[in-house]
Amino acid sequence: MADKRLRILVAKPGLDGHDRGAKIIARALRDGGFEVIYTGLHQTPEMIAEAAVQEDVDAIGLSILSGAHMTLFPEVMRLLKEKGLDDVAIFGGGIIPDEDSAKLKAAGVKEIFTPGASTEDIVKWVHENVHPRD
Amino acid sequence: MTTKQEWLEQTYSRGKERPTRFTTLSDMPVDPLYTPEDVKNNFARDIGYPGEYPYTRGVYESMYRGRLWTMRQFAGFGLAEETNARFHFLLAQGQDGLSTAFDMPTLMGYDADSERAMGEVGREGVSVSSAQDMARLFDRIPLDKVSTSMTVNCSASVLLAAYLVVAERQGVPWEAVSGTIQNDMLKEFIAQKEWICPPAPSLRIVTDMVEFCAKKAPRFHAVSISGYHIREAGSTAVQELAFTIADGLCYVQDAVARGMNVDDFAPRLSFFWDLHNDFLEEIAKLRAGRRMWARFMKERFGAKNPRSLMLRTHAQTAGVSLTAQQPMNNVVRVAIQALAGVLGGVQSLHTNSMDETLALPTEQAVMVALRTQQIIAEETGVTNTIDPFGGSYAIEALTDKMEAEALEYIRKIDEMGGMLKAIDRGYPQLEIAEAAFNYQRQLEQGIKTVVGVNKYSVPEEIPIETLKINHELEERQIQRVRKLKRERNSVAVKEALKRVAEACRSGENLMDPICEAVRRDATVGEISDIYRAEFGVYKDPGWV
Repeated sequence: MADKRLRILVAKPGLDGHDRGAKIIARALRDGGFEVIYTGLHQTPEMIAEAAVQEDVDAIGLSILSGAHMTLFPEVMRLLKEKGLDDVAIFGGGIIPDEDSAKLKAAGVKEIFTPGASTEDIVKWVHENVHPRD
Repeated sequence: MTTKQEWLEQTYSRGKERPTRFTTLSDMPVDPLYTPEDVKNNFARDIGYPGEYPYTRGVYESMYRGRLWTMRQFAGFGLAEETNARFHFLLAQGQDGLSTAFDMPTLMGYDADSERAMGEVGREGVSVSSAQDMARLFDRIPLDKVSTSMTVNCSASVLLAAYLVVAERQGVPWEAVSGTIQNDMLKEFIAQKEWICPPAPSLRIVTDMVEFCAKKAPRFHAVSISGYHIREAGSTAVQELAFTIADGLCYVQDAVARGMNVDDFAPRLSFFWDLHNDFLEEIAKLRAGRRMWARFMKERFGAKNPRSLMLRTHAQTAGVSLTAQQPMNNVVRVAIQALAGVLGGVQSLHTNSMDETLALPTEQAVMVALRTQQIIAEETGVTNTIDPFGGSYAIEALTDKMEAEALEYIRKIDEMGGMLKAIDRGYPQLEIAEAAFNYQRQLEQGIKTVVGVNKYSVPEEIPIETLKINHELEERQIQRVRKLKRERNSVAVKEALKRVAEACRSGENLMDPICEAVRRDATVGEISDIYRAEFGVYKDPGWV
């Protein structure tokens, strides 16, 4: 595990341009020793799933501040499954009410970070909970 | 007489300093004391009187003694009818201007029935796909009586056209319609990231709108040059000041290059600042901005009309400063930020609601936010005298310092060939990303404090009731758009869209053809698709 650097896709689905969080997380994960691929904004679930295949990632962090999390998370997960990538860890962050967060976790999202989560906590969580896929 | 340096060495040094970093929120060092030695400026040249060049103390001669600022709360969600009801509620509460929040599909130029709109219709704002939706949004609101602000950028040309078509249908001439459309595309590439086509054609559309409004809707502000989103994306206060003024210079340059007389359009340019937590820094920023703009307009562009020199501004308290933790604290933050705005001399103000980090605000939270402005206006007495901080050694020194640092940024941007070129190089984008990351690290290291988050936190359940959006709304809006597309005269729409495409190619002003297309029920998505086809689609370079 120590010899392979984990590859993390930081993805920004949806139409909104709130990328401050995604960019900070991308930088923090990079500083934390991971290989980070940042998709840029306005990604569709298809584009994200495709990037996950192309980049052979171990985890995907979705940053969603538009309120569309209940549509976007399940759609990304459905597409990943279709492509045989259901072992990629999915986590996310954004303005996500507790009630929705619980539903998403029950549906297989590994963790949801809400405003106020520190980059340190997120980096630590990835170290502890994301494992190489092979 | 003791000098400041002597006082620092002989007296101040005997005292104790808390082990903290004495810098502004933007990490600009602040002296323990300011004295006349720090204020190098000349009263007549640099400060002067309100309503007089360089407008440091305010753009109007009587400021709030003449007229209070416009209290303008941003609202929008769901279908047009629901936002219309919120508008009527706000007007009944004593608000005097409207401000429309559109949903993401509308903001990005997609109709509700587009695949790209899935899950986002009516969520963060109101869904408007056509002039018919716009008519529902302003039902029973006379457009010659109420001024409206519309926060929309890359699809702004279509929304402005729809608004003007609604005015026509109300029997209101365009000359009588007043309001503001944000339409600041440069800051989209820098910070907010809502775009359709690349920067150069985006700028052309903005300038078309500036030209069109100057001629045909002269009471409408065709662009609101916005620092708000730059700051919210994580910039420092100086970066907000610098990049916003540089954006403004780029718009003026483009319109002048097209042959327009600066005094024919500059009086209708307006600004939009963020009001963050650092009280003195914000007041200084607002004052510095006015002085810088006046000087650039006079010296660089030779503007003669005093109204061309005046930086008139809307401001909004900093959404990014609100916390999900202990959300009642947000009421206090908003009050202090709003007070800085008023002491800084803004013309219009939105105060955020305490629950905005969680979801769209509830009616009760919106009311507290509006009452905050009313308390500042009518209870605190700060409106009795103009620019009460003027002449304060600290404020004048900070104003000068922020101006000098912002001018240095603008010099660099000028050297790159202006803001369009700077954006292509990712310069402002990377400066902001760097500042945002530094601030986040300072928070995590406890160098900067956010009460209730990295200090004084308590275990808590978030208790505030949040507004829920009904999912059936999306389906209803999709059906409505599909029905419109089935029932309108499709030949007439096609013809009108073709004319828009031709104007894209010929360089003719786009607004008349767009107004005609919208009159014939062409949609936001369809006209945006013409932009996509004619100008290409901009892809986020993802500067990290």
